[in-house]
Amino acid sequence: MATTTAPTPTSSRGDRWAGPGMLLPFALFYLVFLVGPLIYTVVAGFFETSLLKSGLGDFAGLSNYTAVLGDAEFWRTLRNTLWFTVLTTVPLVLLSLALALLADRFVRGRWFFRFAFFAPFVLPSAVVSLLFMFIYADQLGLAQEAVKWFGVDTPPSWLGDPDWAMISIAAATVWWTIGFNFVLYLAGLQDVPREVHEAAAIDGAGPWQRIRHVVVPMLGRTTTLVTVLQVIASLKVFDQIYMMTAGGPDGSTRSSLQLIYDTGFVEGRVGYASTVSLLLFVVILLVSLVWFALVRRAEKES
Amino acid sequence: MRDRIPTPSPPAPSRRRVLRGGIALGAAGAAALTASGCGSTLAQGFTGGAPSPSRLNFWNPFTGGDGERMLAMQDAYRAAHRSTELKSATFLWGNPYYTKLTLSTLGDRPPQVAVVHLSKLPTLAEAGLLTELRTDDLARHGLTEDKFDARPWRKSQFGGAPHAVPLDTHPFVLFFRTDIAEKAGLLDGQGQLVDVDGPDAFIDALRAAKEVTGAWGGSIASVKEASMQFRLFWSLYRQVGGGDLVADQGKRVVVDTAAAAEALAYIRRLSQEKVIPANTDGKGAITLLTTGKAGFLMDGVWQALAVRSAKVKFDMRPLPRIFKDAPYACAADSHALVLPKAPDEKAQRLDLSLGFIASMLHSSKLWAEGGHVPAWLPTQRSRAYKELVPQSHYATAADGAVYDPAAWYGGAGSTMQNVVGDAVTSVFTGETSPTAGAARLRRDLRTLASRPAPV
Repeated sequence: MATTTAPTPTSSRGDRWAGPGMLLPFALFYLVFLVGPLIYTVVAGFFETSLLKSGLGDFAGLSNYTAVLGDAEFWRTLRNTLWFTVLTTVPLVLLSLALALLADRFVRGRWFFRFAFFAPFVLPSAVVSLLFMFIYADQLGLAQEAVKWFGVDTPPSWLGDPDWAMISIAAATVWWTIGFNFVLYLAGLQDVPREVHEAAAIDGAGPWQRIRHVVVPMLGRTTTLVTVLQVIASLKVFDQIYMMTAGGPDGSTRSSLQLIYDTGFVEGRVGYASTVSLLLFVVILLVSLVWFALVRRAEKES
Repeated sequence: MRDRIPTPSPPAPSRRRVLRGGIALGAAGAAALTASGCGSTLAQGFTGGAPSPSRLNFWNPFTGGDGERMLAMQDAYRAAHRSTELKSATFLWGNPYYTKLTLSTLGDRPPQVAVVHLSKLPTLAEAGLLTELRTDDLARHGLTEDKFDARPWRKSQFGGAPHAVPLDTHPFVLFFRTDIAEKAGLLDGQGQLVDVDGPDAFIDALRAAKEVTGAWGGSIASVKEASMQFRLFWSLYRQVGGGDLVADQGKRVVVDTAAAAEALAYIRRLSQEKVIPANTDGKGAITLLTTGKAGFLMDGVWQALAVRSAKVKFDMRPLPRIFKDAPYACAADSHALVLPKAPDEKAQRLDLSLGFIASMLHSSKLWAEGGHVPAWLPTQRSRAYKELVPQSHYATAADGAVYDPAAWYGGAGSTMQNVVGDAVTSVFTGETSPTAGAARLRRDLRTLASRPAPV
């Protein structure tokens, strides 16, 4: 009987190139669709690039940068964006943690809560916006009727009042995106070993104490991840605001990304829009770096 | 024992094989491109070749009811020109459409014919994106000046030469429920709306309607619809005799703040006297009318189909003349057909394109059914159009049509509409006083005018 032998590795040459070869298609896409446009953005920021003319346009030096930094609208949209980030990140982190802790306690029917909280997240932003435009509609909307039930005679115009518009959009966003953080927290909860729970219970810790002193600290890494992802996502907000209020009323919900869209595509001032997007990029980078630095220090201390 | 035998690992693909596979794939792709021939728009986009001589690419931003009518007009063209292969593409209205049109023209792959708003024409023409039309070329296809409504025709000119062929005028008008108006005693013996012109007469009519509806007299979009507030302001500002807002293609601000404050004061009255709700979005404004919570609606004629689909008794008329200081005015725009500048004459196909434009104008009756006032006089003056109701009831509004001020930041869906509209909204909702609103408007326009123009 002939013995079957494993074929000897033919050459190490093929192996050496297999990894990079597999990466090549992605690397090409990365270069063409991410690095390339980024370089173009940086370059265009130094020119009066126009959407209505081909080429880069006249050299502008730093004038786009001084113009953007002196533009009250740039600072206002940045303030709006940060306000939206605060309005969404805080409830999205705290509420998803609370919901995950509660849903985790159910033994029977847990699937239902997981499904119910995650379901809105799969909706496209256009659907969510349309849904909430009906809910927030003036004169005819559900939200105004609901508030009237609680005895408020003149309910606010949810999307029409500059003081309320951003809050209304943030509330819709929380409902829509909480599922993602919820799932991350549920996964984090699975990693808390049973023994830790049992040990704490033997030491006489009640359910609330166990959550406070055992579970929540053990979810620290998940919280870091959830918060950073949420801050970055909120700073990049565009679609739901654009669809629900188009930045109004009176620019009170206009986000930085919309300023970029408006100057770049509506007005055709690509050079200026590039500068704004680069500055927003720096802001997001700084916020993320500061956050990571804070977390690292906190982790070292504990 | 089976598990003793080591399973041979699949041989790693040699570089040569990978390369050979890649080349084969590329060849297959190229073959697919050539197989579908130069007729494929996709292939044309990649290779940069001119489309086949019998093909006509046409771009438009019409969806919904307008889109349906535009398709019917294209069918009429196809039926009469079987040898031409008409490829039409519809894009989302507004800036996405203009961005695509601009970039395709800059990239030397424009459609042969495209629809634009005449308010956008000065910017597009100044940027050199449009083919200048010659009157004798137009005349060869029967498109002569005497057959067009004077206002849109004049607006189609740039630098003394036609750059577009106007299709319609679509003014900002007044919708009203005939049943509510009747109960409110606002109809005369012939079922026509009584005189609602003048600042007090209009508010009185709104108040009478409010008593019938029990909710509101009229409605107008304000939330999310800066452009609608712009139209209201621009109409009244022109009626006061305020003249232009900007001059020199937007480089100089000439707004008359006193006139602006007067117009704004009246706009504030509408919400202050609680005859019109201060916060309503576009759909909500229409819904208030169709559900009988408002008797009047100020909106564009293009909403005629939306209101009709609600199957309520309604009629339309030009926006009331509130101020008598200047000739009657109402904000309006026009759709027009243009030839985006093609890289060469072969790609332009002038006569094929102009023939298509002529056919579109001959279908003006179909277009008018969607609410637009036809610019093509043979249709506008026809008996068939005069019998169209309510379309013919507001046709005179086109005589008072005022287009957006010419500026690179102006026109349909533009920054100017947003900036001015936001200032108007803040007065309308009572956040700002009329005089402060007028001052803000001037300040914001100055900021816009000081920016470097992209054209």
